[in-house]
Amino acid sequence: MGRVFRFDQDVDTDQIIASQYLLYPTIDEMKVHTFESLNGDFAKEVRPGDFVVASDNFGCGSSREQAASVLKALGVKAVFARSFARIFYRNAINIGLPAIVCRDLYDHVREGDQISFDLEGGKVFANGQEYACTALPVHLQKILNQGGLIASLDKEDA
Amino acid sequence: MGMTIAEKIIANAAGKGVVGAGEIHTVALDYLMSNDGTTHLTIDMYQKLRHPRIADTKKLVWIVDHNVPCDSPKTAASQKKMRDFAKDHGIDFYEGDGICHQIMAEKYVSPGMMIFGADSHTCTYGALGAFGTGVGCTDYLYGMVTGTSWVMVPETLQFRLHGKLGHGATARDLILTIIGQIGANGANYKAMEFTGDGLATLSMSDRLSICNLCVEAGAKTALMETDAVTLEYLKEHGSREVKAAYTSDPDAVFAKVYEIDLDQIVPVVARPHFVDSVVPTTESKGTRINEAFLGSCNNGRIEDLRLGAEIVKGRKVAPHVRFLVVPASRDVYLEALKEGLLQTFLDAGAIVMNPNCSVCWGSCQGVIGEGEVLISTGTRNFKGRAGDKNSFVYLGSAATVAASAIKGAIAGPEDL
Repeated sequence: MGRVFRFDQDVDTDQIIASQYLLYPTIDEMKVHTFESLNGDFAKEVRPGDFVVASDNFGCGSSREQAASVLKALGVKAVFARSFARIFYRNAINIGLPAIVCRDLYDHVREGDQISFDLEGGKVFANGQEYACTALPVHLQKILNQGGLIASLDKEDA
Repeated sequence: MGMTIAEKIIANAAGKGVVGAGEIHTVALDYLMSNDGTTHLTIDMYQKLRHPRIADTKKLVWIVDHNVPCDSPKTAASQKKMRDFAKDHGIDFYEGDGICHQIMAEKYVSPGMMIFGADSHTCTYGALGAFGTGVGCTDYLYGMVTGTSWVMVPETLQFRLHGKLGHGATARDLILTIIGQIGANGANYKAMEFTGDGLATLSMSDRLSICNLCVEAGAKTALMETDAVTLEYLKEHGSREVKAAYTSDPDAVFAKVYEIDLDQIVPVVARPHFVDSVVPTTESKGTRINEAFLGSCNNGRIEDLRLGAEIVKGRKVAPHVRFLVVPASRDVYLEALKEGLLQTFLDAGAIVMNPNCSVCWGSCQGVIGEGEVLISTGTRNFKGRAGDKNSFVYLGSAATVAASAIKGAIAGPEDL
């Protein structure tokens, strides 16, 4: 079980992590500023195992991979959205952060709700209901299963 | 069945005869561009690899353009890491020479190429007939190590341009109008292709501006046919050879076709805080501004500076306005110097800066404070993009920005 942090549509990567922090040397130095402009308490309140739930076009804008990386570094277990902008989606899967299209979840959860997620079964459980997620393309599922793109590269090199 | 330009480039890069939308293919990459926004993280990951290696150093181009000159010790550490690594590995490296996409257009991109860039505006290269797409640093690293990557073949939205721009409208007004029409995710996962008799009327500067902004509709890439304008640009910029000049087949399948009359386009602005919140400039006129920005990979070329200089010549920037003029590259800067444009801007009271991303990315130069309003030729107007989270960015053309700087409020040249 983890808590829901809920966001609207068209959340751009500048809102997830603002430009002025991107050139900090490490993700750990950046992560305390996650979602600063939308929810100043997010980085303090989020706990490992929590979830981000959003409406359409989550992660639009800049290609900054830091947007996915800070969420993973804070322990966000998965991001559910009605749809994702393509670069964020690809970045998230590449680093092993599940970015899951779940069309119905956003309209049926509130901030702070407790939900659970079955990655293999592609289901989310919230408020006594079960919500089906869109399955990842096989190629992406393989990358995610191996722990991300670089982990898969290292595996090939082993 | 016929193929689109996007499909042809992917087929060529994948060594396949035919590919179709929705398929996933492994492609060989012609170039991998990276800038100081993420390269320090790429290097950290590279050094942790089990077998660190670079497939082909000649394919890598690294450009420091986001925070130039450096603004803090933390940034300095990240940029130093990038600079040292590039030197140690013999990677083409630029610093202070301009914005990454402008340098790539001036020196590297050729029609038919498949290029990954660790920057979302890599779709700019479609103006030169190349498949450019933005990726994160993990994708970049994989490409750097293997020389390849995977792509899903995108569906294509085709925009057929007819006639000629008039009414004081620019290419930037055209692409903002299109984004306003299809929405911020209207082209998500798709390619945006531009064709039609109207294309021939657009300069390379116009075309780079149009393709550059396509990511703001979510596009994976933007593409244009290779024609006389393309060939002339390549000839003028290092006599580069054409890798392959593609046109979509007559029986290619498009997800949707749009017919656009260029003579219907009018000057527009994108209002805060979304690029698709587009209205005719007339609706926002009179909005008081604190800063005006003429520059960026979208609109910092010599043609844009000429347009801006023509408007401010003999006039003064409004006393309460900071007007930043930022040429997109060293070549653009030198040309503007030669033509006397920088003198014109300085005489008017503008602040002329070195080539870099400047306030368009809101972390280095000219950031704006709480409640302040910026009119910008930059790429984005997201909340907080240009500085304080409670500030406001309007996007408009070089003409609108220059006129607004003089007027002190959003205006067109006709209002001066």
